[in-house]
Amino acid sequence: MPGDVPVESLFPRLESLLPRVQKPIQYVGGELNAVVKEWATADVRWCLMYPDAYEVGLPNQGVQILYEVLNEQPGVLAERTYSVWPDLEALMREHGVPQFTVDAHRPVGAFDLFGVSFSTELGYTNLLTALDLAGIPLEATDRTDDHPIVIAGGHAAFNPEPIADFLDAAVLGDGEEIVLAVTEVVREWKREGSPGGREELLRRLAVSGGVYVPRFYDVDYLPDGRIKRVAPNRPGVPWRVAKHTVMDLDRWPYPKQPLVPLAETVHERMSVEIFRGCTRGCRFCQAGMITRPVRERSITGIGDMVQAGLAATGFEEVGLLSLSSADHSEIGAVAKGLADRYDGTNTSLSLPSTRVDAFNVTLAGELSRGGRRSGLTFAPEGGSERIRRVINKMVSEDDLIRTVTTAYAHGWRQVKLYFMCGLPTETDEDVLQIAELAKRVISAGRQAAGRGDIRCTVSIGGFVPKPHTPFQWAAQLDHETTDARLGKLRDAIRSDRRYAKAIGFRYHDGKPGIVEGLLSRGDRRIGRVIKAVWAEGGRFDGWSEHFSFDRWMRCADAGLAGEPVDVSWYTTRERDHAEVLPWDHLDAGLDREWLWEDWQDALSEVEVEDCRWTPCYDCGVCPGMGTEIQVGPTGRQLLPLTPSRAG
Amino acid sequence: MGRRPDGPLQPPPVQRLRLRYAKRGRLRFTSHRDFQRALERALRRAQLPVAFSQGFSPHPRISYAGAAPTGVASEAEYVEIALTRRCDLEAVRTALDESLPAGLDVLEVVEADTPDLAARLQASVWLVRLPGVTAAAAATATSRFLAADAVEVERLTRQGRRRMDARAPVVRIDVLGDAEADGGSEEDGCAILRVVVRHVTPAVRPDDVLTGLRVVADLAPPSPPLVTRLAQGPLDEQAGTVADPLTADRQPTELPTGRLDRG
Repeated sequence: MPGDVPVESLFPRLESLLPRVQKPIQYVGGELNAVVKEWATADVRWCLMYPDAYEVGLPNQGVQILYEVLNEQPGVLAERTYSVWPDLEALMREHGVPQFTVDAHRPVGAFDLFGVSFSTELGYTNLLTALDLAGIPLEATDRTDDHPIVIAGGHAAFNPEPIADFLDAAVLGDGEEIVLAVTEVVREWKREGSPGGREELLRRLAVSGGVYVPRFYDVDYLPDGRIKRVAPNRPGVPWRVAKHTVMDLDRWPYPKQPLVPLAETVHERMSVEIFRGCTRGCRFCQAGMITRPVRERSITGIGDMVQAGLAATGFEEVGLLSLSSADHSEIGAVAKGLADRYDGTNTSLSLPSTRVDAFNVTLAGELSRGGRRSGLTFAPEGGSERIRRVINKMVSEDDLIRTVTTAYAHGWRQVKLYFMCGLPTETDEDVLQIAELAKRVISAGRQAAGRGDIRCTVSIGGFVPKPHTPFQWAAQLDHETTDARLGKLRDAIRSDRRYAKAIGFRYHDGKPGIVEGLLSRGDRRIGRVIKAVWAEGGRFDGWSEHFSFDRWMRCADAGLAGEPVDVSWYTTRERDHAEVLPWDHLDAGLDREWLWEDWQDALSEVEVEDCRWTPCYDCGVCPGMGTEIQVGPTGRQLLPLTPSRAG
Repeated sequence: MGRRPDGPLQPPPVQRLRLRYAKRGRLRFTSHRDFQRALERALRRAQLPVAFSQGFSPHPRISYAGAAPTGVASEAEYVEIALTRRCDLEAVRTALDESLPAGLDVLEVVEADTPDLAARLQASVWLVRLPGVTAAAAATATSRFLAADAVEVERLTRQGRRRMDARAPVVRIDVLGDAEADGGSEEDGCAILRVVVRHVTPAVRPDDVLTGLRVVADLAPPSPPLVTRLAQGPLDEQAGTVADPLTADRQPTELPTGRLDRG
């Protein structure tokens, strides 16, 4: 670990570069509620990163929560860093300015731990940029005791194998408790005088059972390219590493002091997570599978967080976050209670991620009392009844029509519908059904609204199979077929002049999905591909203006030459039951046999109900992880707030 | 639950305030839009009774006057806000200053007793530090610039290249001599210019004047200049000085209800 010598702020050196870059404000920090601690007051120091541009990374709840949880601890310091855009990267290289934190502009390389949160695999090249700018060797095994421990978290860390070469460690699941546990291990090891150096610290983390250290596992391959086995290579290191689950969300009301940036970001609102986990059982949804079980924040806990957060930030909008917000057991009382509390204060409330359900329109109406009713978004995901049974999205066409009719009748002018293309067993017919659905939506909507100017937007992207889901064995649809299918859908929508103008069509082409698929279900052999893409200039792969499909394919061809595998082997190939998957040694709690049965059920178009209101179907998470469903109702109500001052 | 097309009824404004604020240190990199968001949030945090416009999507009644460019510090930025309840001026200043990040500092709050602040902001005084440029070099360039009838410069804007005369709006430039060692390295010096520029359309900004110095005398600072707006207000053409634009508001006139600037 780097020594405890004081580090100087890099800001004076950075400052003269800032007039020469776009949006310099994103690099200066100074956000409301940011914390800067004296270097010497801490014995464990974390640098947290969201590997995307500041405008995307700053609002990330995971980073904000861990930032606050860590900084609340005496003797612990946490600062943040984000990806710098290529204009600043070039200037930093030219002037020898290393990757810096935005809080105190300290060099990232001076911290004990460098924690990187991956919501998506498309941040992998940005990890390499940050490591390189920080002066940290890209390959974990090249690092010395002078370098931070590089540790990954976030949903993509449930299969960190493609970036295993670049990581010292990874943690799975909720971060609140494990960051504190890791901090304690580091603190103790430093207090003892760092015995055994970096290797010993990693060993201590690995044997704790809660931290995955890739270098302590050997991967053997079969001649045909499949994995033979993944096995620990030293004593005490567990065969499988389990995810972490925080119980009782009311005990973790974070962020209490949400960061308020000066720069404009993608979410200009405060977020309150009203529950974690989802058991709806949509088979494509990695988030729903890996965050089980459902743990609700209580209605009063939500009310307190909204109140404290608004006072701490001055935000004018509050988003009630979760994977399916209307599923909170007391969402009606929450919505009404909050709407009553903030009536007349020009504070707006929003409920992202709502299911197709007429009740949700009522909810949205409650939340937008007196405000705008510009648009509502629903996600039927699949166009035909059949494909929705395959993906276990238990929504019928009549449900959808009823829901949107309610919306149009209550003053909404625009409804957005999200779909996926390339789902398992899908045919052109399933996707073309989306056009029929959209036309029915408009026709029913015109009738309900009593006017012709209502609109509906169909938004569709390619499906990418993800680890730890029933579709982890599925073949991804190749990008040519995806694009052709989307083209047919576009033509079907455009061809009917009665509706064409009322239906917007937005789609994402299939190529980025193939790269995402390669990185999602990749193994350690993909690391060299990522490194080559980065070396050739790959940055910000989540941004269409920076993403290059051709570069990825070229580097994959070169990197995998001589291996019995290629891009299509990783993406469009269906796996069988016996194949060892690269993430099988990482335990999301889901019983592999249950996942396989659910995959078979998908193929037979058999649906599975939500376990919150039907008997347990043995996905394996609760007994395996020692957790349980935590839902209300509590029966409590939100009381009116006593105004702190007249006005 | 019926739709309310007119939106909630907003209480009317009863007090109009003018604020002078500073943009200092690293927060000089805030753009005008960044500042607008920060101010609106600070007003909410400070729980000040800001008036909102009527209608379906009410917005706070705040009007901004000629903001300094991104990257330029300022000691003299002005904004007007309307409140629905009369408040103590110093209490407003303190509450708002505490709710804004350090570096965006509220310096003064006065009640708007006179119309049209924007029209009084006729010129600005800019302090330009040029690290790595000696006072002698700066003086030579300045006198050449001032001797010219016109100095055409080009600026890259989002709309493309724009050509303008950087000379005409410049009222005066004083070279204040080398700064202490807090600028560039000691041997190179750090010239400080005090530039008075009339507000014209399209705006001529301090960096346009610096481009002008490069055009006439090849003055090219090795590192980016540090610019601070010291003042903006009514211009005395003869003296080349800029007065305080809030003087009139600080000394209320006899007129009882002279709020002609009701927007």
